[in-house]
Amino acid sequence: MVIIEQIPDLVCPAGSLPALRAAVDNGADAVYIGFSDTTNARNFPGLNFDIDEAQQGIDYAHQHDCKVMLALNTYPQPENWPLWTQALQNASDLKLDAVIIADLGLLQYASQQHPELNLHLSVQGSATNQYAIAFYYEQFGVKRVILPRVLSMNQVRNVVAATPIEVEVFGFGSLCVMVEGRCIMSSYVTGESPNTSGVCSPAHAVSWEETANGRQSRLNNVLIDRYKPGEAAGYPTLCKGRFQSDEDIFYAIEEPTSLNVLEILPELVNIGVAAIKIEGRQRSPAYVAKVTSIFRSALDAYKAAPDNYQPNAEWLKQLQRVSEGCSSTLGALHRPWQ
Amino acid sequence: MKISLGPIQYFWSAIKIYDFYEQVKKMPVDIVYLGENVCAKRRELKLDDWLQIADELTAAGKQVVLSTMVLLEADSELSRLKRICNNKNYPVEANDIAAIYLLKELRNFVAGPHINIYNTETIKLLSNLGANRWVMPIELSALVLQQLLENKPADLETEVFVYGHIPLSFSARCFTARKHNLPKDQCNFLCKQDDQGITLYTQEENKLFNINGIQLQSGVPCNLIAAIEQMRTLEVDIVRLSPQANYMGTVAEMFSKAIDKTITQTEMDLWLTKSTSNDEWCNGYWYGQPGMNWKNQHIVE
Repeated sequence: MVIIEQIPDLVCPAGSLPALRAAVDNGADAVYIGFSDTTNARNFPGLNFDIDEAQQGIDYAHQHDCKVMLALNTYPQPENWPLWTQALQNASDLKLDAVIIADLGLLQYASQQHPELNLHLSVQGSATNQYAIAFYYEQFGVKRVILPRVLSMNQVRNVVAATPIEVEVFGFGSLCVMVEGRCIMSSYVTGESPNTSGVCSPAHAVSWEETANGRQSRLNNVLIDRYKPGEAAGYPTLCKGRFQSDEDIFYAIEEPTSLNVLEILPELVNIGVAAIKIEGRQRSPAYVAKVTSIFRSALDAYKAAPDNYQPNAEWLKQLQRVSEGCSSTLGALHRPWQ
Repeated sequence: MKISLGPIQYFWSAIKIYDFYEQVKKMPVDIVYLGENVCAKRRELKLDDWLQIADELTAAGKQVVLSTMVLLEADSELSRLKRICNNKNYPVEANDIAAIYLLKELRNFVAGPHINIYNTETIKLLSNLGANRWVMPIELSALVLQQLLENKPADLETEVFVYGHIPLSFSARCFTARKHNLPKDQCNFLCKQDDQGITLYTQEENKLFNINGIQLQSGVPCNLIAAIEQMRTLEVDIVRLSPQANYMGTVAEMFSKAIDKTITQTEMDLWLTKSTSNDEWCNGYWYGQPGMNWKNQHIVE
């Protein structure tokens, strides 16, 4: 019989106060938030927190024994460097439980000027192996690394075994196909990327048109996809478009789909992953409530009876409904996907 | 200003690689980066073979740097990285923090184009760790470069990517294999058939991306020959050409002439419009625009 001593923390997205409350109420161990500016990788209109809202959110979460982390995971440039250092000061004043950083210069600044802050290496920091992680640990005292969605299950296992710090992996949500922090496809087409502006395929560059060929989606005027009448149309993220090579028109990079690890949750727990992250600060409080509650149930079910764990059919059905393209994948964790 | 030749991005046969570097000996380039950057499965040449090419290029008067992988996952890839970093004769270009982790204890290094360097604090940190050259991230503009260079450490060289298909992203997935409906583990090395990748068009037949194994590149090559004067003013030390399957000798000569100020506007215009198989270019990043844009520029503004 398997005995589970420790299950991973469930880390949930909060793009607003209502989403934060939804995560806390449904069993998140931690939530992650961003400030309303370019200092985080979900810099979308109407999303994120000012100082007052952050304080309210932290108070609510802490009253319910839930941690709050701040994503500061874009790359500051000379002109706006003070925005990031001010955000670190705010994080310190607000007594946030951790800050999630990608930039080397900012990690050094934080480790020197704010030793009181717990540093996590953002997925945007692109650390995919034990040497890179050792670097961030030795140089800056980083306590946790969030792995890019490019490793197979075996590789995740090896990284967890070889690294002295906590490892966090993505468990559900929109799937980055590329190594995070190293993809400039969005700025190639729109001028703005996750690294520079905290956005990918930004909404202001999107346009829709009805034509004789069907509905079409464009990004900065580049045709991303063309839909037949009645076909469901998805957000025109660059890597989920249908493109042409030789005679084929196909999803050359990836279909619209979401990551979902419920099926392999036991393996992730058993190899010693410290935290499982749900993607989606841009999503609604209802999404956050639903996904948080299902993952809470799944983790608790595995802990209570590890030998009997099976992903509940109802969970899978409900997760499918909030998935991109109503479909899900294990992504790179499952070797044949690669 | 010196000219460098970046590492080959495509999977070429050993014969093609040897032929190419035979030609490079005669090209007007000063620095040559060698080695596999993109896919750990591409092992046409072993480290010793690369070192032999390095020795020959050195004898031909070139400065050689060994480049390293961008995406490092398996332990076997880390072992190979370690061997490159431990080589006795040649400096190494880091394209992942793992390489910097190893190199900082060993020797000076080049912080390559895939190390995210977006601010002065990062430049200073890398310089303190032993970087003696940095390559500007490709998505940054001339304006940001100017700001970055205002407080740059004095002994740090600056290199800018000026020619070739731009590496835009890397994945665990192989897009060449996917195009052929194969998983990566059974890829049959089909990328060897495409010595300059596979163009991915939009449904309106615009060249959007270029598939190169696990890497996606810009659909059309970048060409910053018209920005050479501006780079001279900014005190850029080195401009990087990324090897393409054809015409690299001509490309190197054109950039060499631009640097020596012996190129005429007519000659440059003619080259940009007619003399290669490429009828389209991009240069948007340098001018603070979407990277795919093309801005017509005169040699002297």
